[in-house]
Amino acid sequence: MLLIGNCKIIIAVLYDCRGVLLFSQNLANNVNKKLSSFFLQGKRRGDKIFYIVTIGAAAYTLLMLALIVYTVGDGSQKIFSFEGIKFFTGTNWNSVEGRESFGALPYIIGTLISAGIAVAIGVPISLGIAIFLSEMASSKISTPLSFVIELLAAVPSIIYGLWALFVFRFWILNLIEMPLYNAFGQSIPFFGVTPFGLDWFTAGIVLGIMIIPIVSSICREVMRAVPNTQREAAYSLGATRWETVRIAIFPYAKSGILGAAMLGLGRAIGETMLVTLIIGNAIGAAAIPTSLFSPSQTLSSLIANEFNEASSDLHLSALIGLGAVLLIITMVINIAARLLVSRMVKVSAGVKE
Amino acid sequence: MLRSRGENLQEGPRTNYKERLQDIMLRRSSRRRLVDKVVSISAIFSVILAVILLGSILIEVVINGARALSINFLTQPPGAIGSGLGGIGPAIEGTLIVVGLASAIGAPVGVLAGIYLSEFAGNGIFPSSVRFFSDVLVGLPSIVIGIVAYLSLVLTLGSFSVWAGALALSIIMIPIVVRVTEETLKVVPNSMKEAGHSLGIPKRTIILHIVLKSAKSGVITGIILAISRIAGETAPLIMTILGTDLFFTSLTGPVDALPLRIWRLVSQPYQYAHDFGWGAALILILMVLGMSLGLRLLAHRRRFKIGTIAA
Repeated sequence: MLLIGNCKIIIAVLYDCRGVLLFSQNLANNVNKKLSSFFLQGKRRGDKIFYIVTIGAAAYTLLMLALIVYTVGDGSQKIFSFEGIKFFTGTNWNSVEGRESFGALPYIIGTLISAGIAVAIGVPISLGIAIFLSEMASSKISTPLSFVIELLAAVPSIIYGLWALFVFRFWILNLIEMPLYNAFGQSIPFFGVTPFGLDWFTAGIVLGIMIIPIVSSICREVMRAVPNTQREAAYSLGATRWETVRIAIFPYAKSGILGAAMLGLGRAIGETMLVTLIIGNAIGAAAIPTSLFSPSQTLSSLIANEFNEASSDLHLSALIGLGAVLLIITMVINIAARLLVSRMVKVSAGVKE
Repeated sequence: MLRSRGENLQEGPRTNYKERLQDIMLRRSSRRRLVDKVVSISAIFSVILAVILLGSILIEVVINGARALSINFLTQPPGAIGSGLGGIGPAIEGTLIVVGLASAIGAPVGVLAGIYLSEFAGNGIFPSSVRFFSDVLVGLPSIVIGIVAYLSLVLTLGSFSVWAGALALSIIMIPIVVRVTEETLKVVPNSMKEAGHSLGIPKRTIILHIVLKSAKSGVITGIILAISRIAGETAPLIMTILGTDLFFTSLTGPVDALPLRIWRLVSQPYQYAHDFGWGAALILILMVLGMSLGLRLLAHRRRFKIGTIAA
């Protein structure tokens, strides 16, 4: 009896224990769940905060562009309502109070023409370098040479300006401008101004030299990305090296090269200090390049020259207006270049499939 | 699928070389060889031309700059104009401060935005527009960015300041860092992220400690590229930090910077000022090229190490 009773008690106790055990297990489970869900929540919360921080940084980038467009637009409002369309067509630039008149045409012309020379000189040379590096040279020559050229892309433009002002200007003056002036100066008015080396022609050439490193290294990358099978196919059919480049490389690399040229054009248009040092800084109608050797002015160099001496709000607004014109030109070029390059990437991705 | 791929190929660059070569082949082979020679020679000629011109820049800067160098030149403030005394101490200090502050703003923002683009964002409208417009931002003229910093900070705060210069330079820096970071992080293999997920590590830890760590050298390359770009910027500094002959005093006052000092020196009509300009240019070029050269050598050594491990 006793035994049975004891057993019953023991069983009951055991049962209870089991209950307690179960309970405690439940509790532990619950706690565990709660704890883990707490940690999980913490994990999610931390991730969420991190996500929001990164998205904020991305939004900051867009915000800065919006700030640029808004500030420049807002700042130039005054001059656009003062001059209207004449701001784009006028040639007079006078900041004297009471006689204010601001026309940006000479500087728009100066900007486009010097950048045009830069591209006409810089891009063919860059293409030649890219062809040499990717198609002709052995890797023993091309690796260090591309290394040096990429390194030169980091040289600040003010140093190009310094070199142009004290060294290169005299090369141009003695080798190109003086002979041309002596030969044609009397007969053709286009060569009729006594050259000093400080003119839009020199500025364009130096801008061309400045864009060589960046344009040629992009062109080299683009041409190297052309699959080797294309080269081999052309060579195996008996094409010479130039014919291979022309029919196998260029069709593939065309939009990439065009994009690189546009990038170079954008750089040349926006460049300031180099131009300020060597373009001669003419003002008003005199800045319209009538002769190869006449000093001129670009949008950015005029801003740099006059910004800190702006005499009135209207003068300041006129300079900001020049910035607005510059912003529009470079934005259009950039967007066109990006669309071209992204189209090329799509085409080459389609081919790789 | 297959058909569409075929069409894709035909839509892409033409691949029928035989047809295109046939009319070339009909020409006299001597002429073809001549054209090939002419092109090859002009390619080599353009390389030589570029080497002469760009080499001349480096040589002139080193030769003319070395003449100006001295301890006083590096540490003294500029003397009175025309005196031939003084140095470029404030300019070196100012460049370090402004570029340092700009990097302190630009690098974290750029890296975080790059992380967003590569790890969180897909191809929606917002991320695509961030990509597109940061590409546009890279190409904007720096002088326009200088105008913006002038109007938004210098005019509101009432004085030319280090802050305005740092803001302008950071706007130039951010898009470069964003794009490089995104491109580098995308290359990190998915298996590494998956390993992290399978261990239950929170996503932020995976990104910061696994993805970013393995892409470290690429991200640093991008940051240093951007720094060397902004260190040489002159135009936005004219309208933000203005330039001064004095050493740095406060973040809300004007400072000097090397590119700005070069410009001022070169515009003076004295021979000694031009020599000083060359000297400042040498210091600037040493800073910029030293950074990217050191980086490349480091990257090269690392690649070599990985190569030996793989071998």
